[in-house]
Amino acid sequence: MSTIGYESWAVDLGTVGAVYPFQGWELVMTVLGVLFWLGWHRMQFLAESKELEDAVNSYKGPEATQAIERY
Amino acid sequence: MDGNLNALTTIFTEFYYWVTVVFMFLIHVGFCMYEVGASRRRNHLHTLIKNIMIIPLVTVTFFFFGWWIYWTFPSAFPGMGGIDFAAGTPYTPWSENMGTNLEDRLTGVFWAAFLLFSWTAASIVSGSVIERIRSSALWLHAVMIGSVWWIIDAAWGWHWDGWMVKVLGYHDAYASGVIHAIAGGYALGLLLVLGPRIGKFAADGTPRDIPPHNPWLLTIGIFLIYTGFWGFYAACNVPIISPEVIDGQITGTTWTATNIYLAPTTLSAITFNFLMSLSGGLMAAYIVSKGDPFWTFSGGLAGIITASAGNDLYHPIQAMLVAAIGVVIVYRLHFWVERKFKIDDAVGAVAVHGYSGVVGLIIAGFVLWGAPSSPYEGYAAVNPLGQLIGAVIMFGLLGFLPGWGLAKIQQAAGVLRIPREVELQGLDFSENRAFEAAQSDVINAEKAAVAEK
Repeated sequence: MSTIGYESWAVDLGTVGAVYPFQGWELVMTVLGVLFWLGWHRMQFLAESKELEDAVNSYKGPEATQAIERY
Repeated sequence: MDGNLNALTTIFTEFYYWVTVVFMFLIHVGFCMYEVGASRRRNHLHTLIKNIMIIPLVTVTFFFFGWWIYWTFPSAFPGMGGIDFAAGTPYTPWSENMGTNLEDRLTGVFWAAFLLFSWTAASIVSGSVIERIRSSALWLHAVMIGSVWWIIDAAWGWHWDGWMVKVLGYHDAYASGVIHAIAGGYALGLLLVLGPRIGKFAADGTPRDIPPHNPWLLTIGIFLIYTGFWGFYAACNVPIISPEVIDGQITGTTWTATNIYLAPTTLSAITFNFLMSLSGGLMAAYIVSKGDPFWTFSGGLAGIITASAGNDLYHPIQAMLVAAIGVVIVYRLHFWVERKFKIDDAVGAVAVHGYSGVVGLIIAGFVLWGAPSSPYEGYAAVNPLGQLIGAVIMFGLLGFLPGWGLAKIQQAAGVLRIPREVELQGLDFSENRAFEAAQSDVINAEKAAVAEK
């Protein structure tokens, strides 16, 4: 058994195509990949929203002035 | 890969594109350095991460759908034939060609070359909006321009079978329009909605200069962009191909390098023209900006971009002059638009990329008037009107409008711009506070250790 479809390289390479593991599962891998991508955006958006909210709540004028003066 | 010649050609082509991809990575390094150098200390980290995260987000989406769009959309315009699903089948993310496949040694490197162009398109937009956009908002724009809009324009006008090439005679060999005009137009649409940074304009509307925090970082950044851009030029060529494979009107048996339209050029020609247009741009920018170092550097880039549409065919002196003319127009247009419309483009991206791209396309229409746009029969020749329409499509239809539209939606949802308080105290405020606390803590601990000794 081999996940890539070949257990030995004793083959004519002219007849070899795809050699990645789990051929036939490409559609499932695509769905997983897209979910990972969209999930990342969702998680990042929520984290950023909280970060910005905290920053607004802890805002102090003098500290902002110091930050501005650092340039 | 039957036969030694075929094998050598394939492996050479595979390696050629791979090298260009590595070179083009420097464009992104340069953009990161330029953005961080232009931003102020209180925004460095967020500015850097905003640009760096373009890399993974555009990469995965370009794998999921961007590359498929390129192959299916060449005729996807009303009256031009529609979407060709069959042509896109090998480039779906579930295709065997999009993976480790001994029968296909070129799709990966060719995909990557286009992908690096995608990063560039997104990165151009990123620089213009620093210090006030929400990262989440920019990253959505990055995906849209990097994996949707620019690749649609590439299918239309930067593909041997694109409808703009066939019908308009559109010629844009090194992407004046398909990368730079669209990215500049997109940035302008986004900037119009986003608004300027606090303090950019005085109460009477006079623009203030916001000097870069670190001019030396900008300098190194722009030089890295030049270097990567050289790799980009090579990536725009097909390095070697036979007339038999092109299967067009070329007669004889002489193999050649070609541009993306499979029309002949040479790597030597574009090396001449890259360097001469860089020089024309630098010289003109130095004069017009009265020696301002940053406009001079940017002028070098703007010069190359202006000449890029025709740099496969121009004489080097033409490339130099086209670059110089473009830079003068672009420089003046930048300050006029800034004053008139109160646009705060932090790195001059709209001018250097957008206006240069448009001007370059239009000039190419005149200088290359009548030249064949393609080696295939029935294609329109290069002409001024076709180039002008092409410029409007690139800058306006596929650049400005989508950027403005998405930004309007984000603005309406309240997710486009950071709150005013955060802009004032800086995006890195909490990180800087934690840094200073940690610094103080460890210094005190070490002082205590010295005292105990």
